[in-house]
Amino acid sequence: MAEQPQVLKPPPAEVGLLGWLKKNLFSTWYNVLLTIFSMAFIFFVLRLVITWAVRDARWEVVTTNLKVFMIGRYPTKEAWRVLASLGFVFFLAILTWVFRSARSSPVKRWLVIGWLLSFPLIGILLRGFSRESHFLPLVSADVWSGLLLTLVLAVVGIVASFPIGVLLALGRRSKLPLVKILCTVYIETIRGIPLISVLFMSQLMLPLFLPPEFRLGTVMRALTGMTLFSAAYTAENVRGGLAAVPIGQYEAARAVGLNKVLVMVLIVLPQALRNVIPTIVGQFISLFKDTTLVAIVGLLDLVGIAKAVTGQREFIGLHQEVYCFAAVLYFICCYAMSLASRRLEKSLGVGER
Amino acid sequence: MPDDIIICRDVHKWFGNFHVLRGVDITIQKGEVVVICGPSGSGKSTFIRTINRLEEHQRGSITVDGIELTSDLRNIHAIQQEIGMVFQQFNLFPHLKVIDNITLAPIWVRRWPKEKAMQVAMELLERVGIPEQADKYPGQLSGGQQQRLAIARALAMQPKIMLFDEPTSALDPEMIKEVLDVMVELARSGITMIVITHEMGFAKEVSNRIFFFDEGYIVEHNTPEEFFHNPREERTKSFLSQILTH
Repeated sequence: MAEQPQVLKPPPAEVGLLGWLKKNLFSTWYNVLLTIFSMAFIFFVLRLVITWAVRDARWEVVTTNLKVFMIGRYPTKEAWRVLASLGFVFFLAILTWVFRSARSSPVKRWLVIGWLLSFPLIGILLRGFSRESHFLPLVSADVWSGLLLTLVLAVVGIVASFPIGVLLALGRRSKLPLVKILCTVYIETIRGIPLISVLFMSQLMLPLFLPPEFRLGTVMRALTGMTLFSAAYTAENVRGGLAAVPIGQYEAARAVGLNKVLVMVLIVLPQALRNVIPTIVGQFISLFKDTTLVAIVGLLDLVGIAKAVTGQREFIGLHQEVYCFAAVLYFICCYAMSLASRRLEKSLGVGER
Repeated sequence: MPDDIIICRDVHKWFGNFHVLRGVDITIQKGEVVVICGPSGSGKSTFIRTINRLEEHQRGSITVDGIELTSDLRNIHAIQQEIGMVFQQFNLFPHLKVIDNITLAPIWVRRWPKEKAMQVAMELLERVGIPEQADKYPGQLSGGQQQRLAIARALAMQPKIMLFDEPTSALDPEMIKEVLDVMVELARSGITMIVITHEMGFAKEVSNRIFFFDEGYIVEHNTPEEFFHNPREERTKSFLSQILTH
């Protein structure tokens, strides 16, 4: 009988900081050169940026205008309403975080209801009732501006376009020819038009289609345009996810007795959407950045406000500071979305099949 | 006959111009275990899929448990709930835990309360021998365990009929036995079963009748005893000589 081979330890890896440096940065002479050159370059750039940011930049343009950046023309007296909305969202987010792994459904059900209700509640809180009302007087959406407007456009655009996009994707795969043609024509038309044109069209054409007593403000019209635009892209992404669900899943679901709607809702969509989380979040990040285009139809989003701030007489010429600050805000929001997407992917176990 | 649970009369089906089913006649009684075999492409898989309407037949009639399969969605639904199916590729729901794979249909289709569904699911997992896997995902199970889970999932709807479409063909040899053991136990429990398989040991042990399919119709059918020892048709003989020589 053959002798059983011994169980051995793996050979030692190069350990510690020095080992890592040697292995990754200084393994050959050209790597040594490359490392030194890159280090010098990074050092040079960082020194320039940091000296500018710490010594030369006049950040008072940002600190004095902080409120303007955040809420723009929203009346100062009513600013607490924005804070309250933010607080509500944070409250829900923290609860969601705390109960993220709870299996008990009542807590989760209340959280879902809370999130769903947060949209109309915050909408009412921000907008108020009527001009004469003492409690929550009207703050028309057309004076919302700054980061507030950017966030409202992005969040509402994303949340509203998602279900429309999913329905369009399902419609495009429908067996009913009329539904299929309508959805395909819609998707292809929107995808063939730049967002700017869609925004202009929504400003000019929506009032023509809607009855006069149902007049939408500029912000609402821009929001409608962005939602309809984003929905077409969501639809195409979701369609890709749907195509990746094997036919066996449909068959197994039908074989256990589920009807068509349940097959979609319980079996196919969860798998399809899970597959396309990275793409969809990528699309939402670009939608977030595309909200800057509403400046063209006269809205004061974060970029619009930044432009207005650079025009202030006491801060003339401070473009760098203002736009750097805006860029940092955009980066924080987009990076947060990207992180959230990665967490979501992980918690839904993408890739572990 | 009151005991006839599946009655197929002159069932035809085409894929485009290709005539897959060329007049299949089968009557199966309650509690019978029927094995279908035949070369690949002979239409046996398509045939059992017409029984639970995953495929639509285009001529003839299929009556299951007294309900004729027509394009009436309510009939199709009633029948799909009475028939469990096990696939060659398992087709488990990868996004749901093992236990949720089983409880899904009872909760959503039969409207059972969650506790009852969970209890029945655990009993089924015991029965197929994988109760300790309840909280894993299907992707974490071995092939044999996955197929046993698929059987448990089908049984959860308490079907009157079970269809098996080559349930062991995608499995490693070591795992075939554990699945066949579950199927043998099931066959002895008195449920009506139609099994497409080339596991002739299984066919000999538990089946009441064997049907041999070729080119879209039934070439011959008989008790396993007669089928293996006295096949009547030349084609059956050559098929048997091929699968039994190994």
